[in-house]
Amino acid sequence: MSLTTILFYLFALLTLGSATFMVFSRNIVHAAFAMMFTLLGVAGLYVLLYADFIAATQILVYVGGILILILFGIMLTTQGFTSGFKTLTVNLVPGIGLALLASAGLIYVFVSSPWTSVSMEAPKTTITEMGMLLMHEYMLPFQVTGLLLLVAIIGALLMATKISHKPKKDS
Amino acid sequence: MITESILLLLLFALIPLIIILIYALFAIWGERKVAGFIQDRLGPMRVGGWHGWAQSFADLLKLIQKEDIIPANADRFLFRLAPFIMFAASYAAFAVLPFSSSFIGSNLDIGVFFLLAITSLLSISVIMGGWASNNKWSLFGAMRSAAQMVSYEVPTIMSVLSVIVVAGSLNLMTVTEMQSGNDTLGFLPNWLILQNPFLIIAFVIFFISILAEAHRVPFDLPESESELVAGFQTEYSGMRWAMFMLAEYADMLLLSLLGAVLFFGGWNSPFGDFMAGPAWGFFWFMLKGLLLVFVMMWIRWTLPRYRVDQLMYLCWSILIPLSFLNFVLIALWEMIF
Repeated sequence: MSLTTILFYLFALLTLGSATFMVFSRNIVHAAFAMMFTLLGVAGLYVLLYADFIAATQILVYVGGILILILFGIMLTTQGFTSGFKTLTVNLVPGIGLALLASAGLIYVFVSSPWTSVSMEAPKTTITEMGMLLMHEYMLPFQVTGLLLLVAIIGALLMATKISHKPKKDS
Repeated sequence: MITESILLLLLFALIPLIIILIYALFAIWGERKVAGFIQDRLGPMRVGGWHGWAQSFADLLKLIQKEDIIPANADRFLFRLAPFIMFAASYAAFAVLPFSSSFIGSNLDIGVFFLLAITSLLSISVIMGGWASNNKWSLFGAMRSAAQMVSYEVPTIMSVLSVIVVAGSLNLMTVTEMQSGNDTLGFLPNWLILQNPFLIIAFVIFFISILAEAHRVPFDLPESESELVAGFQTEYSGMRWAMFMLAEYADMLLLSLLGAVLFFGGWNSPFGDFMAGPAWGFFWFMLKGLLLVFVMMWIRWTLPRYRVDQLMYLCWSILIPLSFLNFVLIALWEMIF
């Protein structure tokens, strides 16, 4: 076994273990923190695929941004952070059905796709080509994504600032 | 074979750890000395003889002996985990810093991006510690810290990005290498801060933002002693608290060293080929970083603390628009010259 193989199994174990814990945890804050380890494990797997940029983006966006927002949401909505709300199991039958359907689809894809193993070599530069593609070939989608994000930000701001039509009272 | 390579990796990874530990011991003593001199007193003078240089060792021994208290209603697992995650996050970022021309932990192509990404774990660990303590002050501190770090990440990244636009690489080794030589105005070193007037503004924005990222005064609201009783660290004692302290000082050094790489030429000697070489490179790199750390300490004992709304106002209404404008100006400058 090479070092990479050992690392792969370590990251896989981390991802699966924490994901399982996240799904079955009764405490929603524990679930959120378990998700951090899942995301980190997936980032580790990306690194083993020589996709270091995706890995770093994964950590920056999901752990540094979205997970913090989730934690904020949980902590600001629970009343008294000791008696926080517990997760419940609802809609057992439709949930199981949907999960079975999704896993059947995934297994079908896994079995039917022709797997070829490619000998992996570390690319010399990982982001130069990506930047070139983004700035040349995919310029329009890139710009449109930016515009979409801008619209989302403006929308969020509009929703956050309550526009009152009453004149302001002097305090 | 495999055990050998793992051992080699571990040994290699130990080098930054040793640097951090030695630095932290003397930085804590240095901070107290700086505080003392600024406040017209002497600071610690007794332990170890010469100007109390062994004060930190005495403090460390004291901390090791302290009882490890975990509050009764705390979340025991997360409470124990938080300091380690915090230190791991700032320690992992040291991997991409070029300590000298022949030593860098990992010569990553996306170096500085990795550094910014992995340090975002810091705010998660602060929330973890603050929430797990089951204490109002701790939770307040954690919330403040997370809001502050998420906000100040934007100007930090924008000012780092303006350097990257000039340097044309995310690899910190390449960024350093392109700053070698003494051609600016004939004798000044080719440091990026001397090459473009707008990069001076970028450095000011960067420095203000790293003060906030590292929770230093005037932005130390997450731990402000007078209102929050040390914020997220309130319930921690002994070595766990020391771990938080260590992570904080490591983060300070990390961000200062990043500033040294991006703006002040990293391991390049200011005198061209004079006093240059791998060992001298390490010396210059640490000197530049430690000077920035000293400025951070100096600011701590000079300025009062901001209020929460002032902090957010400064970030969102001043620093972020300024950094975006500055970014555009730097890009224009690079296009014209």
